[in-house]
Amino acid sequence: MSLKRSILDLRKRKDEVRLGGGDKAIEKQVAQGKLTARQRILAIVDEGSFHEYDMFVEHVGTDFNMGNKVLAGDGVVIGTGTIYGSPICIYAQDFTVEGGSLGLMHARKITKIMDHALKMRVPLIGINDSGGARIQEGVNSLAGYGEIFFRNTLSSGVIPQISVILGPCAGGAVYSPALTDFVFVVENISKMFITGPAVIKSVLGEDISMEALGGARVHAEITGNAHFFALSEKECFEQIKTLITYIPWNNTVRAKAFPPQEPKTKLKIENIVPVDARMPYDIRDIIKSITDGSEFFEIMELFAANIVIGFGRMNGETVGFVANQPLVLAGVLDCDSSDKAARFIRYCNAFNIPIITLEDMPGYLPGVDQEHAGVIRHGAKILYSYSEATVPKITVIIRKAYGGGYIAMNSRHLRADFVFAWPTAEIAVMGPEGAANIVFRKEIAEAADPEAMRQQKIQEYKDKFANPYVAASKGYIDEVIEPQETRKILLHALQISMHKDVPAPAKKHGLPPF
Amino acid sequence: MADQENKQYIIVHSAKYETTYNKKYLNRKVWEEPNFNLIKSYIPGTIIDVLVKEGQVLKSGASIIVLEAMKMYNDVQMPFKGKIVKINVEKGQKIPKGYVMIEIEPVK
Repeated sequence: MSLKRSILDLRKRKDEVRLGGGDKAIEKQVAQGKLTARQRILAIVDEGSFHEYDMFVEHVGTDFNMGNKVLAGDGVVIGTGTIYGSPICIYAQDFTVEGGSLGLMHARKITKIMDHALKMRVPLIGINDSGGARIQEGVNSLAGYGEIFFRNTLSSGVIPQISVILGPCAGGAVYSPALTDFVFVVENISKMFITGPAVIKSVLGEDISMEALGGARVHAEITGNAHFFALSEKECFEQIKTLITYIPWNNTVRAKAFPPQEPKTKLKIENIVPVDARMPYDIRDIIKSITDGSEFFEIMELFAANIVIGFGRMNGETVGFVANQPLVLAGVLDCDSSDKAARFIRYCNAFNIPIITLEDMPGYLPGVDQEHAGVIRHGAKILYSYSEATVPKITVIIRKAYGGGYIAMNSRHLRADFVFAWPTAEIAVMGPEGAANIVFRKEIAEAADPEAMRQQKIQEYKDKFANPYVAASKGYIDEVIEPQETRKILLHALQISMHKDVPAPAKKHGLPPF
Repeated sequence: MADQENKQYIIVHSAKYETTYNKKYLNRKVWEEPNFNLIKSYIPGTIIDVLVKEGQVLKSGASIIVLEAMKMYNDVQMPFKGKIVKINVEKGQKIPKGYVMIEIEPVK
């Protein structure tokens, strides 16, 4: 064969593989508002940066007539590329090829690119669109999943791992996304569950649609399995690219710095917060009045909205924000918000991202459902994560900092590096109303006008404790600051903490209350 | 922010805060005092056998129903010494979770 002919032959072979499951299958994929596996990768990475590997890998199934079947690339695309110049490893399951089902060689391609990502210390992006295990390959396909989960765990905290759910992801397959750092879902396209509607109906008699059982909205809002929700694949890819700009390549470096920017001036910080501690406001307005360019990239926006987490930049450097949200459930801590914040704190700590905590919360959510759902062990996760974190940790107390919640929200006692408070801060065991009811129970009960006495005692308690100065007098707060100074002081604190180094006792690993 | 007419509040330590509820909070289960005289299905399934008759007095731990669920035959037992007051299921019946299968009353 002449060189020219062999090149033409190579091109033909590659074109055949690129066709995936063929025109008909692609048509079906497109009809559902979905892109094909390769189109998706090309939409995420920089133009011209993608290189695909293992195109000619073939499946090894022989049983149930699988021996005669040719499956292009065994239903998965793997490769490397860049996003805004940052290197990444990526794989995408191809639903047009045998439903994207996972057999031995399919899994081996995925684990190959996972090994590569860990070795090169670069982020890994996995696009899931698969009917699940390739049943014809039996235990080999289970082995494949296990090998993937093991690598997810091994890479955890070393390289960022991102899962994108763009189709079904059911049964055992769901555990790879669950083990990764960030999960992206798209409305009407993503479907995640352990057992599908058909099985649930036949076994349990419960009738539910796929979307209602494990659709994108369910995971973004109710289960907390997903971190980013989008209305289209295009929007989802933009979110992925933005996230990549905020996080470092691996756990030994810092996230890329951007040119510093001032916040947009129209957000006047002192106009946002009502003086009455019982009135709500949107804490995200405070975050945006502090960050560079007033930009805030929120994570898990819909789940446990009573706490807000996400990334912003301060003087060009990535910072993680954890903030109580008075707008939702008065910003209380509960099982879900504790889980949400704790995992994010650990993420920031693993990847060298300083944490700024904005505090305004009345305590833990009261209720039998919370107690029985284990708010003790869930709430403990926040304490654990803050205590364990060795990245710079800075707290600003805006209004309410009561009881256990005060301790949990990165207090001095958990080794916060800097604790600042606005003059509106109230640091106390509980709010004046509750405290007066307990401390002055007898006086109130015996008074001629109990309600008037109650109000008087509430005011007494308020005057004495509902301020930052008692805590400041003990040194638990480093400085009481004026609201408009917040950004300036945070920038200074971050600058001072730049080379923070705190030794921790040697251990294999701690035992966080899962 | 909540509408003026439709304000939502949450009470923590006697203080009433204006805020908004989320879906999960609105859908939370309100706790009810359990009634131990009602033998409910703790899992959905099929009644394979009813081993008792109304009026019968049985000691604690006696088998009363075989409930098939998740491919298992589950032995449903008397939680304490008691009398069978009412049987609400029959052989072959499919029941959801929380269905009152048998009503009993304690016997000294």
